Amino acid sequence: MSTPAQHERLAAEFGGRQVLDERDIARALTRIAHEIVERNKGADDLVVLGIPTRGVPLAHRFAACIADAEGVSVPAGSLDVTMYRDDLRLRPARALEHTDIPAGGVDGRVVVLVDDVLFSGRTIRAALTAVEDVGRPRAVRLAVLVDRGHRELPIRADHVGKNLPTSMRESVKVMLQEVDGRDAVVIAEEQP
Amino acid sequence: MKDHLLSAADLSRDDAILVLDTSAEMAQLTEGRSVKKLPTLRGRAVVNLFFEDSTRTRTSFELAAKRLSADVVNFSAKGSSVSKGESLKDTALTLEAMGADCVVVRHWASGAPHRLAYSGWIRSSVVNAGDGTHEHPTQAILDAYTLRKHLGSVDGRRITIVGDVLHSRVARSNVLLLATLGAEVTLVAPPTLLPVGVEHWPCQTSYDLDSVLVKADAVMMLRVQRERMNAAFFPSAREYSRRYGLDARRFALLPDDAVVLHPGPMNRGMEITAEVADSDRSVIVEQVTNGVYVRMAVLYLLLAGGRE
Amino acid sequence: MSWLIRGARVLGGEPTDLLLDDERIADVGRRISSRGATVTDADGLLALPGLVDLHTHLREPGREDAETVETGTQAAALGGFTAVHAMANTDPVADTAGVVEQVWRLGREAGYADVRPVGAVTMDLAGERLAELGAMTDSAATVRVFSDDGRCVSDAVLMRRALEYVKAFDGVIAQHAQEPRLTEGAQMNEGELAGRLGLRGWPSVAEEAIVARDVLLAAHVQSRLHVCHVSTRGSVEIIRLAKERGFPVTAEVTPHHLALTEDLAATYDPRYKVNPPLRRADDVAALRVGLADGTIDAVATDHAPHPVEDKDCEWDAAAFGMLGLETALSVVQETMVDTGLLDWAGVADRMSARPARIGRCDGSHGRPLAAGESANLVLVDPAASRVIDSRELASLSRNTPYEGMTLPGRVVATFLRGRPTVLDGKLA
Repeated sequence: MSTPAQHERLAAEFGGRQVLDERDIARALTRIAHEIVERNKGADDLVVLGIPTRGVPLAHRFAACIADAEGVSVPAGSLDVTMYRDDLRLRPARALEHTDIPAGGVDGRVVVLVDDVLFSGRTIRAALTAVEDVGRPRAVRLAVLVDRGHRELPIRADHVGKNLPTSMRESVKVMLQEVDGRDAVVIAEEQP
Repeated sequence: MKDHLLSAADLSRDDAILVLDTSAEMAQLTEGRSVKKLPTLRGRAVVNLFFEDSTRTRTSFELAAKRLSADVVNFSAKGSSVSKGESLKDTALTLEAMGADCVVVRHWASGAPHRLAYSGWIRSSVVNAGDGTHEHPTQAILDAYTLRKHLGSVDGRRITIVGDVLHSRVARSNVLLLATLGAEVTLVAPPTLLPVGVEHWPCQTSYDLDSVLVKADAVMMLRVQRERMNAAFFPSAREYSRRYGLDARRFALLPDDAVVLHPGPMNRGMEITAEVADSDRSVIVEQVTNGVYVRMAVLYLLLAGGRE
Repeated sequence: MSWLIRGARVLGGEPTDLLLDDERIADVGRRISSRGATVTDADGLLALPGLVDLHTHLREPGREDAETVETGTQAAALGGFTAVHAMANTDPVADTAGVVEQVWRLGREAGYADVRPVGAVTMDLAGERLAELGAMTDSAATVRVFSDDGRCVSDAVLMRRALEYVKAFDGVIAQHAQEPRLTEGAQMNEGELAGRLGLRGWPSVAEEAIVARDVLLAAHVQSRLHVCHVSTRGSVEIIRLAKERGFPVTAEVTPHHLALTEDLAATYDPRYKVNPPLRRADDVAALRVGLADGTIDAVATDHAPHPVEDKDCEWDAAAFGMLGLETALSVVQETMVDTGLLDWAGVADRMSARPARIGRCDGSHGRPLAAGESANLVLVDPAASRVIDSRELASLSRNTPYEGMTLPGRVVATFLRGRPTVLDGKLA
């Protein structure tokens, strides 16, 4: 068995096509961070919640970026949606990821959900239900690094790093320094 | 994990850590939340099949299942081998016909959950909620969870289990699970209350509580029934308490950060004094709270996914 | 009607013909010719004297849902037996001349094997007062073996008296050696496994303590003791010592104690629950050696039929006992013959001659296959093998511990006083 990180590295090295490099990603994140603040008219009341695995480091990067620009600290955390998924029964039960709601909670605040890739929309659907059980935010927004299309639910991201038109047979892999040792986005042909 | 949880020995080290980590997440997902309920097991039916009274265990499983949105049915099937009520088989067939996804079974006979799981009567997952003098795996998991919370890790820690090991399903499950997790377990009891063959168990044994306590990171006191003295397991309750009870003097022998556990219900004045049971290093009440998280984790891991 | 059996290997020897005529073996030799006899080809088959079981539970009267005298003796015939000793723990208990005569008569009417009723030692098996042992002896059933089997005659005085009393008519007390206080609620062999499984332990010493006491009592009063279903190494050693000292002691072992070990209890499947319990491999080895060297005189099945509901339940709630008649010879072949511990003459000795002598079967059973003897014999194909399927058993019950196992050997034909009870492996 290879770890997911190894698996992706192999995919990148054998037939994978890199579409974003480290600098592209950095630029996209900075832009999104600014959009978030602009849309919110400031950084007050923001809570950034990443969806594990790779949404979590992205959330912390956004929070750091906003803090840099605005000089205020933005609470960041993680929100595991496993327990809310609609496809649990399709596979053996999986380990839960960590959920970490920043002190102060979400009531009355603006929650920014962060994920690496927006695809069917089912993860975000689960995340919206999960947020509901944590509290009642004033608003929920969605920021993703990559939107690859093929939505199965009426869900749209507020902030997108890069729109990547893909075929269903392709897979999009986001690699991040914190998890994979480097930053990159790769498209690979899925094995039939 | 396997399809059933019948024995603590069913859990590999990785499985055990998965259950403990999942329990910790369950605690996170429920503690201090406005909504303490998760939708995960919506539409799944969990049957609490109790052939023996145990309000605390049944309630704990019930709460755990309900917090995961499962439908819970309590099926009390009291009756002993003497006063034969409906047979285990017929009860099982009934539950199967009703479409149970999981049967949580408490039974007076050792191995009854094993029979349910493997006799072909039912297809659902079986969770052993205590069978005869065999095992009580979820109790062991909640004890390990509680220990991990207080000691950081169980690996390499010295855990002392004191009392009626012979008749204790809690002790059997704890020895197996704690050994799997790398703890050094020592059983302390009068020789009459240690099972034949205990030297083959993955633990140490001792007849001298004082000498073991000074090195213990945690001590778990088992319930001892006074009636055992009638079968000559020990001469009197007084002598038992004097030699094997945890009182203030013995409590003082423990290292400063050691904790005291008891699976309940306690016999205050027998195996533990009220003073010790109520001290700030007793984690007995917390064990009950943790029991719900652990059982949520077990139900989640057994039921949330599809069968392989 | 007369039968001519062609080319059977008597006790595994050279091929020989046997002529059966008018209940007796008329002739044994090569190329016997006999006009009018039905010829049966026994090429490759063994001929053994009809087997004698010292320990069978036929359940009738009282538990005809588990077994009847008819179905039990059918099972016996299919297993190669021509005589079975029917244990006394029926309902009502066989503690009077009336009950033993009834069982004996039912056996005669069924006609598949001679039924030799065992009388209870004590009234209602209660271990308090002696049953009317003399009356049972004098009855049509001519009882010679007495046993409270299922319960131990634990009272030392009562045991002494019983041993003394049966001297008057050459009886034998067959003791179920189980110290009752040491086995209260016991479920399986006491040891590491029982501790792990949480099943109440049944210590070896509970058997050995009674065996030791009883061999000394038998020596003291000079009367015959027979030890039922010996299951431990310690018991074998005590009996060996007693025999060395010339004590009047005999003993039996069951096929399942020769073949199976306690590890099967880990399944919690009550088909492996039996009294005395399955023991460890070390005990099994000692039992095999004891049977081979003659310390243990006989193989006895302890055939114990139970209806499905008494086994399809929790281990603790299940009945003790296993079927044995239809598999006994195969198990002995596998554990004793195929291992080189016993030859076929030895099998005939332990499964026919000696048990017949212990049970005082009046010279009609357990005799050599020779001209003039009663024509009780069995033809066995030792090269065959079969997968045990409980649904194919003649017994009314299904509680065989060998379900799905492949066992060697097959009984092809059984003759009871010159008349076939089994032909081609089926009831005749």
